[in-house]
Amino acid sequence: MVVIVFEIFLLTLLVITAVGIVRSRDLFSAVMLLGLFSLQIAVIFFILDAADVALTEAAVGAGVSTVLLLGALALTSDREARPKGRRLLALGVASITALILIYASFDQPRLGDPQAPVHQHVAPWYLEQTPKQIDVPNVVTAILASFRGYDTLGELFVIFTAGIGVLFLLADGSGRGARSQLPSAEAQGLRHHLIPRVVGALLVPFIVLFGLYVQFHGDFGPGGGFQAGALVSAGVILYALIEGEASALRVLSFRALAGMIAAGALLYTGVGLAGILRGSQFLDYSVLLADPIAGQHLGIILIELGVGLTVTGVLLTIFHAFAARAQKR
Amino acid sequence: MSSLATHLPVLQVVVPLLTAPLVFMLRQHGLAWAATTAASLCAFAVAIELSTAARGGATLVYEVGAWPAPYGIELVVDAFSALLLLMVTGASVFALLIARRSLEAEIPEQRLHLFYAAWLLALAGLSGIVVAGDAFNIFVFMEISALATYVLVAGGPRRQALPAVFRYLVMGTIGATFYLIGVGLIYMMTGTLNIADMEMRIRDVSDLRPVLVAGGFITVGLALKAAVFPLHAWLPNAYTYAPNAVTVFIAACSTKVSLYVLLRFDFVVFQGNQAGHVAQFAMFMLPLAIFAIVIASILALREANLKRMLAYSSVAQIGYILFGAGLVSATGLTGGIAHMFNHALAKGALFLAVACLATSLSATAVSDLAGAARRMPFTMAAFVIAGLSLIGIPGTAGFIGKWFIVVAALEHGVAGALLILPVLAGSLIAVLYIWRVVESAYSSPAGDMATRQEAPLPMLATLWFVVLLNVYFGLQPSLPLDLARSAAARLLLP
Repeated sequence: MVVIVFEIFLLTLLVITAVGIVRSRDLFSAVMLLGLFSLQIAVIFFILDAADVALTEAAVGAGVSTVLLLGALALTSDREARPKGRRLLALGVASITALILIYASFDQPRLGDPQAPVHQHVAPWYLEQTPKQIDVPNVVTAILASFRGYDTLGELFVIFTAGIGVLFLLADGSGRGARSQLPSAEAQGLRHHLIPRVVGALLVPFIVLFGLYVQFHGDFGPGGGFQAGALVSAGVILYALIEGEASALRVLSFRALAGMIAAGALLYTGVGLAGILRGSQFLDYSVLLADPIAGQHLGIILIELGVGLTVTGVLLTIFHAFAARAQKR
Repeated sequence: MSSLATHLPVLQVVVPLLTAPLVFMLRQHGLAWAATTAASLCAFAVAIELSTAARGGATLVYEVGAWPAPYGIELVVDAFSALLLLMVTGASVFALLIARRSLEAEIPEQRLHLFYAAWLLALAGLSGIVVAGDAFNIFVFMEISALATYVLVAGGPRRQALPAVFRYLVMGTIGATFYLIGVGLIYMMTGTLNIADMEMRIRDVSDLRPVLVAGGFITVGLALKAAVFPLHAWLPNAYTYAPNAVTVFIAACSTKVSLYVLLRFDFVVFQGNQAGHVAQFAMFMLPLAIFAIVIASILALREANLKRMLAYSSVAQIGYILFGAGLVSATGLTGGIAHMFNHALAKGALFLAVACLATSLSATAVSDLAGAARRMPFTMAAFVIAGLSLIGIPGTAGFIGKWFIVVAALEHGVAGALLILPVLAGSLIAVLYIWRVVESAYSSPAGDMATRQEAPLPMLATLWFVVLLNVYFGLQPSLPLDLARSAAARLLLP
């Protein structure tokens, strides 16, 4: 009962936030509200027992994407241009789409109904086979990394593509970034502000440590490469904001980031090919070692590492590409 | 290496996918081009091998990760997918053969390796969609191909490429989201993402509201990505401002891959399971197809810019494909599917000719082409033959699909005969807009246009090879027709 009241409260808040985002002319506050929106969604996911998704949403939606949107705002104005006409048409189309979705919801199974098709068909098989064939406590990890590992490989390449796109459009492609050597305000970060510096110095190591925990503990608890990559890059971005972008680039240069991006993608694909070379199918980890379960474990750890590397590399590259662009102006 | 043959469906995707990070690390653009072309050629070889198997009637199934089907992800290659794979990989190879010269003029050298990596990702994404037997897996590879294609289009030399690509991005994202909403609703009602499994399990719930709504969302979302009239607004500018080599690649295959998924879903999952779906599909698609053929052809006729004119013509040709499919008969579907392949050949050849023209002409408007035939006689001759194929003159590839579509419409008696009128009108208008180009190019030259300055030989050779393919498949259409026939038979399977 309490949960339901809390859910209704959160969903109401979500609608209010969404209306606020749409109506806000000030893009800075729209970005902030968007971060809030992600956080609320993350809480709702968590209440729905989807801890892995909640963690991703919190790290990517509320964390990294907010920073990236702010980076984009630094390149343009923070006021929204007055839209020209056709607003009623857009509102009409959006309303009709919403009404159709509401119409679709009438025959849907009740939330949490054990008889619902999603709980009757593939899910029992996953629950039954995971202990036997993969033996990791977190079934979500087993599904994402092994049963549907090919989808996750695809997701990794979606991120990879995004990284290439931002580099192609924003950076000059030489891999160095268009960084001016002059100590500008951004390059110096908040170095002269004592409180953010002290607090940040305390936070950064713990954020990175937590990221590593999420990376290597994904088999047991919620987490994995995507969330870990987002967390680690959030830590490095915080460091860049405090100590200046140049200091962050000294730790992880553009070249190193490019190496991480490629290495992660190659590692995941390589593990897949190892399955073929050892006489089974693409992405079959069971044949990696003599013991199939140990092979599954090894495969999952390796591909999660690949995901973590690429995600960290791409997110930081995108951040630096935006920052370098802002400094050039 | 008989064992390797069993892995071909997955290698079709993995070869370009694996090469992309390698090309990303290669900073030398010549090497990047060579690696991209080599991977593309490998993919083309795989596609030829797969289509040989599919022509023999085989359906190859590959279980990724060795997990059984509805639990793991399976790849399925049948005749329909094989035909699409030939188009996707072939378009990539021929576009890359001219890309080296053509892109040097359009993209700064130090960014080219990123561009080629994006090219490989687009190739892998499109191939991934085609071989996928799983509805969510299709979405994942749709994202890869879409993002990579945005990068490719944004590489266009003019600043208008950016607003064009932004529009494409917004529309493409809406389309993909609609598709995902539809798949989510079906998953909610059936508990499965595997398409073959979905076909079985949707029977019990096919008349419930979420499944009906899912059908709508999937159809509209994919129609948006396939630029079905009137959802084509993103296409003309995206084709126009993309680099020439990219236009060759995406105009030949990318909208057709979305159409392929649309037909797969509508015929395999919904058809036969939902009462009255056949009639609904025909009622929905035929008017759109006819509008596309007539209106987009007229727009092409009125268009001044050469590339945009050909882009509008693509919207019209998508109309022909849908018209064939909308008749929901074996002949109609065979014609529509064969027309996918044949239009890819014709439009690919035309855009190859545009890329060749661009090497020594700066003109982008049809009216500025005066003297082009004197300056580049071989390119223009190729353009004329490819144009004939687009119109659908007997003896060229473009004729085959249209012929089947007309025959299929006539099966419906008087109503069918009336339906053909707009189809024929579309072809007549195509004669006019191709003639406009030819007339302008063969008119007397102005200034220094009289001096001969042909495109580089490798580009010209590629162009002529594809043009001759248009003639070859016009006279010897058994390959696309065999595949299209068995694809149509599979789609109509109750």
